[in-house]
Amino acid sequence: MKKFISCALAAALALSMVGCSGGTSSSAASAAAGDSSSAAASGATSGETIKVGLLANISGDDAMYGNAVKNGAMLYIDQVNAAGGINGKQIEVKSYDDKGDATEAVTAFNRMVDEGITALIGSVLTGTTIAVADESYDINMPQITASATATGVTVLDPEDEESEIRTNVFRACFIDPFQGEKMAQYASEKLGATSAAVIFQTGSDYSEGVAEAFVAKCKELGITVTSEQGYAAGDVDFKAQLTAIAGEAPDVVFCPNYYQDDGLIVTQARQVGLEATFLGSDGWGGVADYASAEDLEGSVYCSGYAAGTEEVAQFEADYEATYGEKVPNMFAPLGYDAAMLMVNALTAAEDAGLEAGTDEYKQAVIDTMAATDGVEGITGAYSFDEQNNPIKSAAIMELVGGAEVFKEMY
Amino acid sequence: MSTFFSQIINGLQSGSIYALVALGYSMVYGIIMLLNFAHGDIIMVGAYVIWLGVTTWNINPLVSILLAVAVSTLLGVVIEKVAYAPLRSSPRLSLLITAIGISYLLENGFQLIFGAGAKTVPTFISGPSLQLGSMTVSFPAMVTIVVTVVMMVGLTILVQKTKLGKAMRAVSEDMGAAQLMGISLNTTISFTFMLGSALAGVASVLYLCAYPQASPTMGSMLGLKAFVAAVLGGIGSLPGAMLGGFIIGMAEALVSAVGLSVWKDGVVFAILIVVLLVRPSGILGKTVKEKV
Repeated sequence: MKKFISCALAAALALSMVGCSGGTSSSAASAAAGDSSSAAASGATSGETIKVGLLANISGDDAMYGNAVKNGAMLYIDQVNAAGGINGKQIEVKSYDDKGDATEAVTAFNRMVDEGITALIGSVLTGTTIAVADESYDINMPQITASATATGVTVLDPEDEESEIRTNVFRACFIDPFQGEKMAQYASEKLGATSAAVIFQTGSDYSEGVAEAFVAKCKELGITVTSEQGYAAGDVDFKAQLTAIAGEAPDVVFCPNYYQDDGLIVTQARQVGLEATFLGSDGWGGVADYASAEDLEGSVYCSGYAAGTEEVAQFEADYEATYGEKVPNMFAPLGYDAAMLMVNALTAAEDAGLEAGTDEYKQAVIDTMAATDGVEGITGAYSFDEQNNPIKSAAIMELVGGAEVFKEMY
Repeated sequence: MSTFFSQIINGLQSGSIYALVALGYSMVYGIIMLLNFAHGDIIMVGAYVIWLGVTTWNINPLVSILLAVAVSTLLGVVIEKVAYAPLRSSPRLSLLITAIGISYLLENGFQLIFGAGAKTVPTFISGPSLQLGSMTVSFPAMVTIVVTVVMMVGLTILVQKTKLGKAMRAVSEDMGAAQLMGISLNTTISFTFMLGSALAGVASVLYLCAYPQASPTMGSMLGLKAFVAAVLGGIGSLPGAMLGGFIIGMAEALVSAVGLSVWKDGVVFAILIVVLLVRPSGILGKTVKEKV
């Protein structure tokens, strides 16, 4: 379904590019549906405020993600403003709804540019984010997405290894392969594993991507991968694959799938006498309800966000106090972190005494962002790799007595 | 070598479940020439009954199992009375389409009531696993294989030695003649559905032992594979259904064991195509010449 949406969005993007080639007229901009949360200040660049765009799909099919990101980001920005802003300047947010639609996203972005934004937080879905990234790259507008995981967000052509990077676009979330690498490192370093097996769902971009990265990292770290077993979507019987794995008795089994399958796999693994420790990816969230406590005991998986821990208690309390609901998912903390990273970069440009909206200012923001080193967010400490993907610690969750317990940041 | 034997056990375990389901297909087809596509969904209903029993109602697992078998049996009879009996003199295609309709009704009905997600059934049968050298035979595997064999022996005795069994065989041979001999068609057909559905109920118990999740669509693929097993063994033949079930289970396990798990379903349906091309009556089926 996600894939279908992104295809549809990509198609819409192609159309929107044609539509925009004649330059964005003011009529096109005014046709954009959106909700500006602050009254537009007069003049192109006001000395008093720093204008930042916030683009999210707060209506439409996947609005739960967009709303969470928007709420998370606004929570941080409101906190900064309440504390006096950046060097005494308030952050003025231009917020628009892209409805999860690439055309809407581009139109809204152009409108924000007309309104004089100097940086953009957004968008939320992969399709809209790539559509806007194409535009923002042309004018070197600093952009950070909280949640778009596709490689193509920061890399122009993901198929081409030599491809150009969108130097201005960053993200606050993991990309999928990152989890595989993380868990391979964890297995080697913390669990002392020297052999591993992998069982994953073939045909799933997520499963395959994470599994592939895990295997590659294992080879690098000197972990022997005894076997790589696949299964098809909808399978419920994994005993044959697990028996094959059990025959080679690996130290750990990596299982980067979604929780229902994971539950069945772990249960059947114990039935066929496979005692190895299971490692999982963030798809494991909620697995505790899908297999018995004894079977799961000691399994670990990585997650982008460890709910209920000491580190995030303040954020969770603030969020609940502001919006009257519990943190709905990991998108809200990621939105908060995205805003934090952007404000951090803006602060550096302000400190340098540059004028908001100028090319030097934007470049300074981008440079600061790229050089981010150890900014503590809700979801971990951030720095960025050469493709502008975050290098941050993952929350390692362990299954203890039938509960998913936060173990450590790694 | 022990891995190979473990794979055989895996195959026997899933094959047992296919065999039990295939028996239901085969018996019903033998009697009224209907491919009862709702048969797989009866297993789904049985599984939900167990899930309700062990989680929501919190009753004794043994009682839940009996309840599941009872509900499945009842459901089979009700479906026969409500959906198939009124169509007994209609063309066979109408019956087939009705069966598909019932299947969808059950799947979507349960999805509506219980949601689309899978329900986890906590372990309700447990016992020590068997260690044979380096090989582990899990308790559910042992139970599944033993129960299936017992069921089959019981069924064979029932069909071959009892009066009702004789009536079933007579109806399947010639419905009209059997009726003239004083055999009650309605009773016999209902009894056949009862038997088949009871076996489906047992299959749902064994299924949950191995794969402890109940979901609204769990019966559809299981039903289709059991159907392939029934065709492979010779539809209408009881020993054939067992044999077919074991062969399909074994084929799946071995295909996965050699690392082609993605082709598992493909192999099962390839078997169906080959059987239909080479020997449409199946391994143990009777070749019946159609008189035109």
